[in-house]
Amino acid sequence: MKADGEITHFDNVGLRYSTDREVLSDLSFTLYSGRFYFLTGASGAGKTSLLKLLYLAQRPSRGMIRMFGTDAITMPRSRLPQLRRRIGVVFQDFRLVPHLSAFDNVALPLRVAGHQERDIAGPVSDILEWVGLADRVDARPATLSGGEQQRVAIARAVIGQPAILVADEPTGNVDPDMALKLLRLFEMLNRQGTTVVVATHDLDLLRKVPDSLIMRLDKGRLSDPTGALRYPPRAPA
Amino acid sequence: MNALSGRLRSVVAGSDVQLFPQARMSGPMPWVIAIMVAMTAIALAGGLALGNAIFAAKAEIDGGVTVQLLEPRADVRDSQARAAATALGAMQGVRGFRQVPQAEVDALIEPWLGTGTDDDGGLAIPVPALIDVRLDGPASPDRLAAIERALRPVAPSARIDAQSNWLKPVFDAMVSLQVLSIALVALLAGALAAAVLLASRSALGTHREVIEIIHLLGGTDNQVAREFQRSIGFDAAGGGALGLGLALVVILSLARRFDGLGAGLVDNGALVWTDWLLIAAVPVMATLLAMMTARLTVLHALRKML
Repeated sequence: MKADGEITHFDNVGLRYSTDREVLSDLSFTLYSGRFYFLTGASGAGKTSLLKLLYLAQRPSRGMIRMFGTDAITMPRSRLPQLRRRIGVVFQDFRLVPHLSAFDNVALPLRVAGHQERDIAGPVSDILEWVGLADRVDARPATLSGGEQQRVAIARAVIGQPAILVADEPTGNVDPDMALKLLRLFEMLNRQGTTVVVATHDLDLLRKVPDSLIMRLDKGRLSDPTGALRYPPRAPA
Repeated sequence: MNALSGRLRSVVAGSDVQLFPQARMSGPMPWVIAIMVAMTAIALAGGLALGNAIFAAKAEIDGGVTVQLLEPRADVRDSQARAAATALGAMQGVRGFRQVPQAEVDALIEPWLGTGTDDDGGLAIPVPALIDVRLDGPASPDRLAAIERALRPVAPSARIDAQSNWLKPVFDAMVSLQVLSIALVALLAGALAAAVLLASRSALGTHREVIEIIHLLGGTDNQVAREFQRSIGFDAAGGGALGLGLALVVILSLARRFDGLGAGLVDNGALVWTDWLLIAAVPVMATLLAMMTARLTVLHALRKML
């Protein structure tokens, strides 16, 4: 049963690739609307695998995942796009479409959602200005710096006003100043009601968002240092 | 040709953003389709021309009967010919008849028997008299028997043959050729579908990364398939137009050559306007087939992705 404000619920989820050992084991937790979550853990702890389950790029080997109140495991494949449109993703390697301009990359989620062209130009220009790329709208990804690509990826992730934003090491390729700037962007989105999940192994980053909740992965298992996984969740300090 | 495809694409697609870089998808595909369409159109034209030729010849020969008077004595043969003509003239169902003049008969057999003459200036060997009869319907066995019954009392040496009987092997051969051309059209359609299937699979592999991104951003299989379908559609339309042009050149030049033989594909009405419409429909059908194949291939492959 869906709890109030629930975005996603994992119940005893495990994931293994082919016949190898499980990379994620016995994950049971709930993420709530409007919260800011950090997902931490050493390299190889399973952060990216967990995020893949969160943004529905992967089905678990066992267990149950409920997304926006819908069983994401048994639901027909044809309904996946509707759920995915409510999830914004910032990939670790950005995954921009190489032959499209910054503008068209950011416009992509709106176009696949069927928005009219006349309704796309304004929001896309605004958000590119917001991430400081107003003068780079026509640039192809290959001509953008790492930080610029990162910002295009973030703009693309948030243009559809997703219910949840999932970011995999979003500050991994940028300098400390830009990392802080991106974090402020995420906080601003979070204040507007978007649930934010940021995977990082940069512990300094965690201290910069004091109200955040922390999920720690260790060898594919989840620990709960801040009580983020309890129901009801601990009230932010 | 890629430039033509690209221009067509930009005109029709308008401001739509192409999710996949189209140049990679194009490549040799328009040329392959052009060749397929040209071969299909030529095979189809051949099949249609043969069909028309068979139809026209059958219509002419179906009611044709040849009466041979095999009497060796010339005077008796001539009197039997006159009597047979009278009997045929009185028969119902006989639309007309013509006794083939002796000079025409001599000319017919001259290549085999030469031009030796008898005292009267004719061939020195006895040659049957021929009467070419036209019935108002097919020369069925019943009608042949009726003619035989009518002629036996007045021309006992008469031998009656339906013209369609001795031309049957020719018709059979023509029908075989027609079936072959239909089979060729079907094979070429299959080959086109196979080529598109392989190209679509290859393009899917090339664009797998972009497809995954589109899926993760909430794109549907139909949206991805539509992109591939549109791309192959432009390639097929460009290639099809070129192939049709090539085929028309071949068909018209062949028609001109056959015309020189007195058996023209075009001038004698072997290809009528409906045939030309069918030939013109080949690139359209090829485009639709290519688009449908691309769509089904892509949708089938995408079902295996999450």
